Amino acid sequence: MSGWLRSFGMFWYDFIVGDDWRGAAVVAAALAVTALLVHGAGLNVWWLLPLCVIAALGWSLRRATARKG
Amino acid sequence: MNAAALVLTVFVACAVEAVEALTIVLAAGLTREWRSTFQGMAVALAVLAAVVAVAGPALTLFPLGVLRLVVGALLAVFGLQWLRKAILRAAGYRDRHDEAGIYQRQVAAARTAAPGARHGVHDWYAFTLSFKGVLLEGLEVVFIAITFGSNQGSIGLAALGAAAAVLVVAAVGVAARAPLARVPENAMKFAVGIMLTSFGVFWGAEGAGASWPGHDAALLAVVPVVAAVALGYTLLLRRARAAGPAWPGGPARAAAGTSPLTSGEGS
Repeated sequence: MSGWLRSFGMFWYDFIVGDDWRGAAVVAAALAVTALLVHGAGLNVWWLLPLCVIAALGWSLRRATARKG
Repeated sequence: MNAAALVLTVFVACAVEAVEALTIVLAAGLTREWRSTFQGMAVALAVLAAVVAVAGPALTLFPLGVLRLVVGALLAVFGLQWLRKAILRAAGYRDRHDEAGIYQRQVAAARTAAPGARHGVHDWYAFTLSFKGVLLEGLEVVFIAITFGSNQGSIGLAALGAAAAVLVVAAVGVAARAPLARVPENAMKFAVGIMLTSFGVFWGAEGAGASWPGHDAALLAVVPVVAAVALGYTLLLRRARAAGPAWPGGPARAAAGTSPLTSGEGS
């Protein structure tokens, strides 16, 4: 049963996250910071998530191309 | 997002996945036998229908804010994965997605696999090949249709876009009786990656509590910005690949083709 659950979890991880977990981590962190700043400090930081996603994409591409060297 | 954009986005995303599923089904059917292939396809479609029947109504139970946060995060992460692969292929750092080549490999494997009946299925290999292909590609279709549809409160419209894509691809596949190698998969996947990432960012930020300037009209800026960034990264990588290290520490590679959208292949 635990083996099946592990396989099930790995399938969905690979399906959603794929090769680079850092992109998912950046998205999660950016969403958390956005929520904190909006609800805690009253700042409308709509620009934070797109900026982080663009940076995460560049970071991920850099890592992928560096690995291929 | 208006209904046309929803249907178009889901249609393009689902058409790409349907093309990939068709390649596998054709390889199983033409090389092994059609009855077991159709059985595998039917069981996979039944599983997908069950997923839709459970997940679709379940998602509508969540408050819209929570739904947008969760779905936005998932779409942003999922879109990043698509976009990353599409850019790497377009820049020449990953192999092209070649339907004809995939078809030939599937056919070669199907020809050498031993025949055998199991669980009432005449050709177990054809059944499992078809089942896995349709289920895995179909899950992406279901994921995109449900997430887009639930966020817009239009699961019916999203399902319409998905069903139309599957029907069109199936009809063309039946007529051609060959993998649809001429479909510009890389360009389509590049576009879908941009849309998934853009909508994920838009809904995710809204779900976290932020308000976009111009509200829904902000998407008219988000999508082009994400597209421009993706094309910019592609061109940067292609130039760097031709000239030397792509980034500090990156590799020196030969130049790729001329168009960032057409020289690479799918996601």
